[in-house]
Amino acid sequence: MAPAAAIPRPKLAVEYWLLTYRRNWKGSLLTSFLSPILFLAAMGLGLGSLVDAEVGSGRDLGGLDYLDFLAPGLLAGNAMMLAVNESTYPVLGGFKWYRTYTAMAASPLRSRDILLAHFAYMAFRVTSASFVFLGVMAAFGAVSSPLAVLAPIGASLCGMAFATPTAAFVATRTSADNFSTYTRFVIMPMFLFSGIFYPVAQLPVVLEQIAWLTPVWHGVRLCRALSTGSGVEWELAGHLGYLVALILAGTLVAKRTFTRRLYE
Amino acid sequence: MSLIAAQGLTKQFGDFTAVDGIDFEVNRGEVFGFLGPNGAGKSSTMRMIGCVSNPTGGTLRMMGMDPEREGTRIRSRLGVVPQQDNLDEELSVAENLYVYGRYFDLPRPVLRSRIAELLEFVQLTERAGDHVEPLSGGMKRRLTIARALVSEPEVLLLDEPTTGLDPQARHVVWERLWTLKRRGVTQVLTTHYMDEAEQLCDRLVVMDRGKIVAEGSPRQLIERYSTREVVEVRTHGQMTVLGDALRRLGHSSDAQTKAKLYERAEELPDRVLLYTDQGERLVALLGEVEHESVLVRRSTLEDVFLHLTGRSLVD
Repeated sequence: MAPAAAIPRPKLAVEYWLLTYRRNWKGSLLTSFLSPILFLAAMGLGLGSLVDAEVGSGRDLGGLDYLDFLAPGLLAGNAMMLAVNESTYPVLGGFKWYRTYTAMAASPLRSRDILLAHFAYMAFRVTSASFVFLGVMAAFGAVSSPLAVLAPIGASLCGMAFATPTAAFVATRTSADNFSTYTRFVIMPMFLFSGIFYPVAQLPVVLEQIAWLTPVWHGVRLCRALSTGSGVEWELAGHLGYLVALILAGTLVAKRTFTRRLYE
Repeated sequence: MSLIAAQGLTKQFGDFTAVDGIDFEVNRGEVFGFLGPNGAGKSSTMRMIGCVSNPTGGTLRMMGMDPEREGTRIRSRLGVVPQQDNLDEELSVAENLYVYGRYFDLPRPVLRSRIAELLEFVQLTERAGDHVEPLSGGMKRRLTIARALVSEPEVLLLDEPTTGLDPQARHVVWERLWTLKRRGVTQVLTTHYMDEAEQLCDRLVVMDRGKIVAEGSPRQLIERYSTREVVEVRTHGQMTVLGDALRRLGHSSDAQTKAKLYERAEELPDRVLLYTDQGERLVALLGEVEHESVLVRRSTLEDVFLHLTGRSLVD
């Protein structure tokens, strides 16, 4: 039965998200441009000149200038921040404020179509912003390998490794009360302590080991290897596998929590 | 064969039983209503019919199919107007219809002509390009109805279609639903407005605390559970005094016809309702009972509900 299941239904709901995107793409594109410009100018060039003078292109930064070291890290960190934004308020809104999901659920779409469509849109947002980021990086001269064109994909995987479990969690919430706690005390520490601004080897051993577990550290390593062309292949495969595994796990849990919420 | 058939349909949330073993059938082309106060289980029933909530007991067949196994296929043949509008306020009026039609995989050219027809039908053609956000409540409701019709559904589900609308907007919605009825669109609606149920429904069930307490056409229900007329008596003074006086009057019978003056009395906080088939005669005999005002009216579904449950529909 159900030949209907053969139709790729999530794409029908993706159209909705793209239509809303058409309303505000200019604003979000501008943000995607400005944010890396500000960060790379202030930290990459400003702080970087100091770091390079002190450390030189020493061992600690893997022989990189500070700008070259920092930029791919920020690329991954930026993807994480954007993905968390896209998977908190808009997801709760889909159930509660705008009731987009509720409207979709009354149609032939199933809960998996609804969540996969939204995930696809989030991935599109993070990937496009990451490509803009890469363009800015190139303009700053912070790209040293042709493999860098793949770095935004790595950043997007890093973002989705956050977005899918976050959305799964948000689907169990009835209010946004905990969201700022989550960004402030979970996401922000990861941004600061996961090898974006300095190698995690600089941290006390315990914190370094914790950092290895965070998805963003894997994303940072992946992006840095791609943009500088200086990675070890088996290590890259490990990072990639870790992020993909998280995305799959997050999606599976989200399938459960979305279904429960929509059909309660 | 009936389009929708439920036997012993039950919905429990933990210890709470929202829908308590109800039986009903909806036939093609009819307008079927669930009438009841808030919390009677109407919306829970609607969500099960809409295949977005699984029954916890009993059986439900929609167009011969099982909602738990074939929800997607059933939903592709339903149009849903939810209790709370869930239009996208950032999108335009026409875009709302477009995206919704795409959820049903309708081809774009088909949608284009259908959107034009539907906007005409709900009198929103001039607002096609406008954002939804500034529209009035009545316009949003009409747009939600148009959206539910975009897939040309076999059954239209309306959960409290006019709750929160002003009287004029309600009449516009009713008039549109009437037109759909004449076109043969099967409609299932919930309401706690008895006038809405009387106006729209061919057949309805009265729900109270998760159970069906009566079933029939509005006329049948009134004939079965009420009298032809109702005399409403109000007083300035003590309700108990009025009640006692009316009871004495009720025990005596009319000297002319030898019939009881009224069958039944309902005492409400501010008035007494007397159920009778001879309203004018009863009013004439009220002279000696002290009261503020009196009015004779026809029985409505409100009276049916009051009789069946001892409570008012809208409080």
